[in-house]
Amino acid sequence: MGTTLFDKLWQEHEVTTLSERQSLLYIDRIFLHERTGSVALNSLLEKQRSVRKRQHAFCTMDHIVDTLPGRGDDTLMPSGRDFIVATRHAARETGIQLFDIADADQGIVHVISPELGIALPGLSLICPDSHTCTLGGIGALAWGVGSTEAEHALATSTLRVTRPQAMRVNFKGDLGAAVSAKDLILFTIRELSASGGAGYAIEFSGPAIDALSVEARLTLCNMTTELSAFTGLIAPDQKVLDYCAGRRYAPQAQLWDQAAQHWQSLRSDEGATFDREYTFDIGSLKPQLSWGTSPQHCVDWDAAIPHASDAPDASASAAWRRAQHYMGVTGGSQLSDYALDAAFIGSCTNSRLSDLQLAASYLERTGHKVAKGLKALCVPGSGQVKRAAEALGLDDIFRSAGFEWREPGCSMCFFAGGESFGNGVRVASTTNRNFEGRQGLGVRTHIASPLTVVASACAGYLVADTTT
Amino acid sequence: MTPFTQHHGVALPLLRDNIDTDTIIPSREMRTVSRSGLAAGLFAPWRYLDPDARTPNPNFELNLPEYSGASILLAGDNFGCGSSREHAVWALMESGFRAVIAPSFATIFRNNALRNGLLTVALDRHDLDELVEWVSADPIEQTIQLDLEACTIESDPQRNKKVFSVDPTARDMLLNGLDEIGLTEQSMDLVARFEEQDQAHRPWVYLSRD
Repeated sequence: MGTTLFDKLWQEHEVTTLSERQSLLYIDRIFLHERTGSVALNSLLEKQRSVRKRQHAFCTMDHIVDTLPGRGDDTLMPSGRDFIVATRHAARETGIQLFDIADADQGIVHVISPELGIALPGLSLICPDSHTCTLGGIGALAWGVGSTEAEHALATSTLRVTRPQAMRVNFKGDLGAAVSAKDLILFTIRELSASGGAGYAIEFSGPAIDALSVEARLTLCNMTTELSAFTGLIAPDQKVLDYCAGRRYAPQAQLWDQAAQHWQSLRSDEGATFDREYTFDIGSLKPQLSWGTSPQHCVDWDAAIPHASDAPDASASAAWRRAQHYMGVTGGSQLSDYALDAAFIGSCTNSRLSDLQLAASYLERTGHKVAKGLKALCVPGSGQVKRAAEALGLDDIFRSAGFEWREPGCSMCFFAGGESFGNGVRVASTTNRNFEGRQGLGVRTHIASPLTVVASACAGYLVADTTT
Repeated sequence: MTPFTQHHGVALPLLRDNIDTDTIIPSREMRTVSRSGLAAGLFAPWRYLDPDARTPNPNFELNLPEYSGASILLAGDNFGCGSSREHAVWALMESGFRAVIAPSFATIFRNNALRNGLLTVALDRHDLDELVEWVSADPIEQTIQLDLEACTIESDPQRNKKVFSVDPTARDMLLNGLDEIGLTEQSMDLVARFEEQDQAHRPWVYLSRD
C-alpha cells in the first residue's frame, strides 16, 4: 500500500506520538502578523519565555496597517497604532525578523512567505491566521492556528497536533478561458459545503492542477480553510522548484540540489488510499459568483440565485433566507440584476502579480473603464508584487481605468485598518469571505475571480468576462 | 488555563449554521493587544442595532432577560468557522460562557477553545434539538448540567442523560487545566534529538542564526 503526500509530511515532522491520534510535530517556520502575532509574542514575553529558534520565526505588518499612499503607523482604526507599535517592540525584544511598514519586502503574510522562500515545499509552517493553508500550494505542510498555539510553537519549535484524515479531490478536464483557480475552489466549496473538509487534509490533483501556475495553486489552497479543512496540499513539481529557486531564504548551491531532489519525492504514491476521495469534471466549469454570506453560497455567474424554499433542509432554508435578506437579493433573480457600488482586487487569495496581470489585461484589451460612481481598488499583495506590477506599467492601466492603486496589505478584505466600503454597499471582491460584516458593517460582498471582478467593475453590475 | 470538570447553567439556543468568528467577535471589536476587553463586542453585529452606539437589538436572543446569565451556547453546524482569531474564544469566556454544544465545529476554533478551557461538545442534531426544546420552554428553570468526567449532559429528568464523546487527550487537558507549553517543555530532549537526526536528513531547513 502506498503512502499519501500528507502522511509523508506528517511522518517527516513527527517528534513523538502523544496518543493514538495526537503527535508532537516539528515546526520548521513560524510567521506572525501584527493582528494576532502581537498577542502571542506579548504573552511569551510576559511569561519570560524566549523564541526557541528565532531564525525560523518571521513577522510582517499586513492586517492593520493602512494601504493608503504615504502611510505611517497611524490607521483609521483608533487603536491600530497600538498593534503596530507593540508588534515592532515585541519583534525587537524577541529578535525575530520583522518586515516592517517601510521594508521593501513588506506585504501580506501568505504572499511574502513563498515570495521570500520562507515557505518551501515539504516545510511545516504555522501562522496564527486561518489562510496559512495557502502554502500547501507549493507543497508545504502549512496550517492556521490560534495565538496560544503560535506561542507554543515559538517557545518549543513544536505543536501538539491531532492528525486529520486524508482526502483527495481530483479535477478532470481543462479550465476554460475566463475560468481560474478561484472559480475552481469556489465550485469545490459549493459542492462539498463550508464544513465539507472538516477534519481532513485535502490533496488536490489531476490534469487541471498540473496545468495551474504556482500562483494559481496558492489561490486554490488558500480557500481550503473555507471548507473547514485542516489544510490543502498540492504535490510540488518542476514548476514549484523553478518558482522557489533563488529566493532569499531558499537553499543555495549544493543544499539546493539536495533539497530539490528530496522535494521530488513529495507526492502520493501510486495506490495510496485516502479516507475520502472526490472527482470533479471541470471541463465546462463557468466563472463562479457568491450570492450569500458563506463561501458555499455560490452559483455559475449566469445562473439564478436559488429560492430559499428549494434548500435541502429547514436549517439551510433559514440560512439562505437570512443570507438573501442581508445581501438584499431575492431567490430566482440574476446576480446581474443588482447594481454594484464597489470593486476590490487584493487579499491573500488574489493579489499576486499574475492576478493583477489578468485584471489589467482585461482593461487593456477592452479599453473599458470603471463604471461611473463605482469605487474600485487594487491592492498589491507585497512590495515585490507592487514594484513588479509598476515595472510592467500595470499601475497606470489600473489608474487610468479608474482604480485606486494602493500600498501592500490586507486592506479592505476585512475591516482591518478601520476602512470600510459603507453600510449596504454592494462589492465585487477577489477576497475569500463574504460573511456578514466581514468587509465592514452591512457591506454586501460578492466573491469572485480577478477577471470577474474587473469585468463587473466596468459593467457596473455582476458579470463574468465574456470578451474572450 | 481554567480546568473544566462539571458545569451547570442556563443555555442559550442560537441554532444557525456556520456562525463565523467575524460574527462572534468582529475585527473592529478587537481594539487592544490583549486577551481581554472583548465581552461587549461578542456577537456585536447581531446584538446591537447600531454597534457603535451599542443600541441593543431587542430581538437578538442574547438580549432577552431570560438568557442574560447564559453560560452554555447551543449552536448550529460548523460553529466558529472562518478566521483563526482566538479572540472568539476569549470573548465567549469573558461573557461567561463555559461550553458550546453544536453538531460540528471548525477545527481552529475547537483547538483554541480547548487551550482556554472552553468545552466544545459535538452532539447530533436530534439530541441537540431535544436540548433546545427543553431549554426554550423555560430557560431560567430548565437548565443543563454538563459533566466532563462522565461525559454526560443532563437536562430533562424525564429523559436519559445524553452521553457525548470527546478526544481523551482533550478531556485530560480540560479536566486538569493543563498548560500545553509546560507539558511540551518536559519533552525538549526529544525535540533536540529529533533536530539532530533531521538536520542530517533535511539540512536546508535549518537556517543559521545571523
